Amino acid sequence: MTATTSTAPDATSTGPRQYGTGASSFVSDTLLIFRRQLRLSLRNPAWVIIGLVQPILYLAFFGPLLAQIAKTGALGAHNQHDPWRFFVPGLLIQLGLFGAAFVGFTIIADWRAGVIERFRVTPVSRMALLAGRVLRDVLTLTVQATVLVVAGLAFGLRAPVVGVLIGMGLVAVVAVTLAAVSYAVGLTLKSEDALAPLLNMVMVPLMLLSGIMLPMTLGPSWLRDVAKATPFGYIINAMRDAFAGRYFTTVMAEGVAVSVGLAVVCLWLASRAFGRENA
Amino acid sequence: MAIIEARGLARTFKNRKAAVEAVRGVDLTVKPGEIVGFLGPNGAGKTTTLRMLTTLLRPTAGTATVAGCDLLRDPVGVRGRIGYVPQAIGATAGGTDPNCLVREELAIQGRLYRLPAAEVAERARALTEQLDLAGLEGRLCKTLSGGQRRRLDIALGLVHSPAVVFLDEPTTGLDPQARSNLWDHIRGLRERLGSTVFLTTHYLEEADALCDRVLVIDHGKIIAEGAPEELKRRISGDVVTLTVSRDPARALVILGSEPGVREITADGRAIRMTVEHGEEALPGMLRALDRDGIVMESIQLARPTLDDVFLTLTGRSLRDDSPSANGNGRRPGPDEAAGELADGEPPTADTTTGASQ
Repeated sequence: MTATTSTAPDATSTGPRQYGTGASSFVSDTLLIFRRQLRLSLRNPAWVIIGLVQPILYLAFFGPLLAQIAKTGALGAHNQHDPWRFFVPGLLIQLGLFGAAFVGFTIIADWRAGVIERFRVTPVSRMALLAGRVLRDVLTLTVQATVLVVAGLAFGLRAPVVGVLIGMGLVAVVAVTLAAVSYAVGLTLKSEDALAPLLNMVMVPLMLLSGIMLPMTLGPSWLRDVAKATPFGYIINAMRDAFAGRYFTTVMAEGVAVSVGLAVVCLWLASRAFGRENA
Repeated sequence: MAIIEARGLARTFKNRKAAVEAVRGVDLTVKPGEIVGFLGPNGAGKTTTLRMLTTLLRPTAGTATVAGCDLLRDPVGVRGRIGYVPQAIGATAGGTDPNCLVREELAIQGRLYRLPAAEVAERARALTEQLDLAGLEGRLCKTLSGGQRRRLDIALGLVHSPAVVFLDEPTTGLDPQARSNLWDHIRGLRERLGSTVFLTTHYLEEADALCDRVLVIDHGKIIAEGAPEELKRRISGDVVTLTVSRDPARALVILGSEPGVREITADGRAIRMTVEHGEEALPGMLRALDRDGIVMESIQLARPTLDDVFLTLTGRSLRDDSPSANGNGRRPGPDEAAGELADGEPPTADTTTGASQ
């Protein structure tokens, strides 16, 4: 429908515009939502900054303790002289666990404002409403991760560029997983009061069992077994291998498989939540 | 050709305990260019019906075509051809992000309808002007007044010049001035764009002021429909109050035998009647009184309000849930209401079991 026909008094003229649901409209819709969300983040960057404070504090106030422990060889022989190669990958995942995993709150706010419903009445691809947001969160976490790695360098981290890039790639995949799940749960619960305790209940054990602070190998066998049932330990170990320059290991293969598999499953679940009627 | 046509539209919500029939078989037909009001108390099924017609909710039964597209087979086609302005009060608000600029909201809305950027800019300019939003393009939505924000909600629903606009409670929460201002804008939608407007409201004066036709819904069913004037006349008649010079008892007998008089009571020398087509019946009444030498001192003819209509149809006032909230003293009891229904709409099971839900 062009501007000239839109002013015609014929109310039944609905115009020849076709609303495709194909791949190209999905991509353009996703980019529209991504740019909107990014603009909102830039308008109020407080949360991006606050999200960074915690890992930097760990780096400053816990890292030096770890440096002493590393000398004993407890963090693995290859980390004896550089505890940061052990610690920074863990903090990168922690950044995701307490950043991307909490984006579900923003979808509840959007739902309350009526924005979700307003968009759902347009021909926009419903998957794009999810994908555009997730893309913004991947970018946010990548920027935060870059700052954290640079801070790590200042503390003494030394790692190969390729290894760091692989680690960042894994962080990006983890961001997809956590953001997608968080949106799906937020959109399903539609209540901040329900989402907050749920996230804390899930994220704290996941963090403790992923060996962010200390290697799980220090623990008794039952704890190691429980930890093996949670996903993030595999991903952190792969990142540690990457930071140590070891790219073709079983640990690396496991980490990549777990992170990608988890992202696929979570995206699928989230797309169901977004595609559901009355969401 | 109808622009909205629904047959047997129904929606049942199931929760763990029970199934709730929110809408139970709604038939409706809206012609292009009409302004149709969906009137009913909270929980009557207005919003559920609207959400079905706008593809937000799948009906559990029934069919509908909206703007030439089948609701069930081509929901994306329907979405492209309709505009929707959600309710601004309740669990969710009117649809604007508080931290977005007015300009940004208009732009993304147009782009989501796949309009080219230049056309979006042109539409945004025209709409901000038409809806008195010019100069506010650079403001954050949260800094707008209630009326401004509501006009922006409406502008967003119009970016793609839709054939049909659905407005859910367009003026709820606005002050009277902002409300009547918004009414002018809604009337303007048809005048300027030829749009069909389908709105829900629980304000009688809103339905009265805006709508060509009103559908009254209660307990998930349409219980009456017609032009506001027609509904008022058909269901309630006009209220005529006469003061006579003498012999009110005699006047009561004379007037009571006039055609079209339904209810008649005397209070001193004042005689109060409900009369079908009051303005047409009056001359005959005056002649009849004159023959007996009774002189009329004053006369008052009041049109019933849609509130009276609703009260007559359901035995409950629309304004509150309490049946005694009506201020003008006409409070037919349940029996009386049912009696009057006999020559209006056929009574449904719902109207006599008003307290069952």
